[in-house]
Amino acid sequence: MQEGRVLSTREVNRDLLRSILDTPRWFWPVVTVLGLILLIAAIAVGIMVNRGLGVTGLNRPVAWGFFITNFVFWIGISHAGVMLSAILRLAKAEWRRPATRAAEVLTLFSLMTAMVMPIVHTGRPWRILYWVFPYDFARGIWPNIRTPLVWDPSAILTYLTSSTLFVAIALIPDFAVLRDHTTGIAHRVYSVLAMGWEGNARQWKLQIVAGVLLSALILPVFVSVHSIVSWDFGMAVAVKSWHSTVFAPYFVVGAVHSGVSAVAFALILLRWCYGWQDYIRHEHIDALGRLLIVVATGWFYFLVMEILFGMYGREADELMVRQTQFTYWPYNFWFILFVITTYFIPVALWLSRAWRRNLWIMSIACISVNVGMWLERFLIIVPGLINKQLFTFVWADYRPSIFEYIIIGSTFALVTMLMLLFSRVFPLVPLYDVKEGDVLKTQVQIGRRTVPATFRED
Amino acid sequence: MARRPILGLFDDANAAADAGDGLRRAGIPETDVDFLTDTPYPEGAFGEREEPHRLYIFPFIGALLGLTSGILLTSMTQVAYPIVTGGKPILSIPPMAVVCYEGTMLGAILFTVLGIIFESRLPKLKAGLYDTRITEGYVGVLVNTEEAQHNTVEGVFGQTGAVDVKRE
Repeated sequence: MQEGRVLSTREVNRDLLRSILDTPRWFWPVVTVLGLILLIAAIAVGIMVNRGLGVTGLNRPVAWGFFITNFVFWIGISHAGVMLSAILRLAKAEWRRPATRAAEVLTLFSLMTAMVMPIVHTGRPWRILYWVFPYDFARGIWPNIRTPLVWDPSAILTYLTSSTLFVAIALIPDFAVLRDHTTGIAHRVYSVLAMGWEGNARQWKLQIVAGVLLSALILPVFVSVHSIVSWDFGMAVAVKSWHSTVFAPYFVVGAVHSGVSAVAFALILLRWCYGWQDYIRHEHIDALGRLLIVVATGWFYFLVMEILFGMYGREADELMVRQTQFTYWPYNFWFILFVITTYFIPVALWLSRAWRRNLWIMSIACISVNVGMWLERFLIIVPGLINKQLFTFVWADYRPSIFEYIIIGSTFALVTMLMLLFSRVFPLVPLYDVKEGDVLKTQVQIGRRTVPATFRED
Repeated sequence: MARRPILGLFDDANAAADAGDGLRRAGIPETDVDFLTDTPYPEGAFGEREEPHRLYIFPFIGALLGLTSGILLTSMTQVAYPIVTGGKPILSIPPMAVVCYEGTMLGAILFTVLGIIFESRLPKLKAGLYDTRITEGYVGVLVNTEEAQHNTVEGVFGQTGAVDVKRE
């Protein structure tokens, strides 16, 4: 699978540095609109902090709502970076090259956004400090430092640090290109960031070994993060529907499903915004579509098992949660919509090669997956909490308020804005990786056919 | 006699490889020659020397330090808050496992990154002889040798089709 023409180094530099060296006309207006959305969200958070969580739809027993749903959703999106970058790098999949950086950067920004959610959710964000740092017993507050909730920040911070370093190391050669193509303050900044990189054989060898070694090290962290997010639920004694034994792999595969879909959509947007048709080609989106069929089907298996195991135990509390999901309005509607948008619509579209290569249809499929995956997290969290208590008279429904809608909506603006700002100063497609792909590209004669091939070094 | 760098620029990787062969034939030691490119070529593409490194030691050291930090952090915190919860022991192993695991991986990754920077001999504070055309696709053959040999080197560069030769 090798489409597109071989590009000269000069063309690669010109095209992929376009987002940095020339500001497109649409850039600042779009950033301004996104900034305004964030400003509105900041006002909403301000009001919420001032008046308390009463302005949200959270109640007793539904103490986790949109914010925690959104937290899990963004953690899920963050799994795309490592999935594409590390697994495909280790598997030596050639088509990964233009997609890796955008995927890794999406990981960083979605993780950062995810981390904001529990802080907003506390309603009194400054009190996080009491929880994070050990404090005096004299306050009369005894933190449960053995709580599984401590695992979450440790895993997410490890993943965020690792992903940041993963991106930073791979950026060094590209900083050198930017250093050589800029003047003035930008030149000085990129010179510092390039750390004197000159591209000798030793530096390249270390760069390649680093890619493989860091990929191998970061993969276990990647698996651990969403497993641990699933244990946020699994370790909660009171909520009966959160104890499924398949929760960890179910969450990890679901995260990959939503994350890779998000990356595919982001790549389509980048191609459109920056005119990168020669780099983000139909073959790449096609390959992502094929990968997603496998991931989606794996995820669907875990979904069915999760429901089946839950029902098979015939525990009254668990059955009540399932009854809420399947029969009570509006959860039954959300459930049907969730299954259709996460699996049946996108997979039906991905089964056709022509549709996988149609960027509009791929965009619809990828957005559909993420609508569904957001609903999945909502349907895990809220129906479980509604029926959390033993007595029906303490059951309560959850109706999110306008504040929650605004804050949740703004997280999409935040990630988009961060990605755009990143693309303004750093290349979102790795230059050296693309150039390496062109160097290794060749053609071989087999019988009467000339077929594309790639030289590989083990 | 002082050793000084001389840089030959080639617009073709094969020509740069020929220059490498020519330099070897002219008696320039392999250790004095470096090939500067803007993309990773397969190892040995220019007939360059093999570059040994000790990167693989770094993650092990980091993992060990990370695991130790994880154990110390979790156990000391538990001991610092000696309240019995639900009849469970003060120092409980299960809640430590995840944090220790993450600490181990974080240590391994941090040290790997430090190892990459260290083994790549970065940061290079003093800029050496370089040409910005290298990031435009040219291949630079950098020879760090005695000044007396510069004419020989320049001759090899000329014979193999260097588009430019730079001296410090």
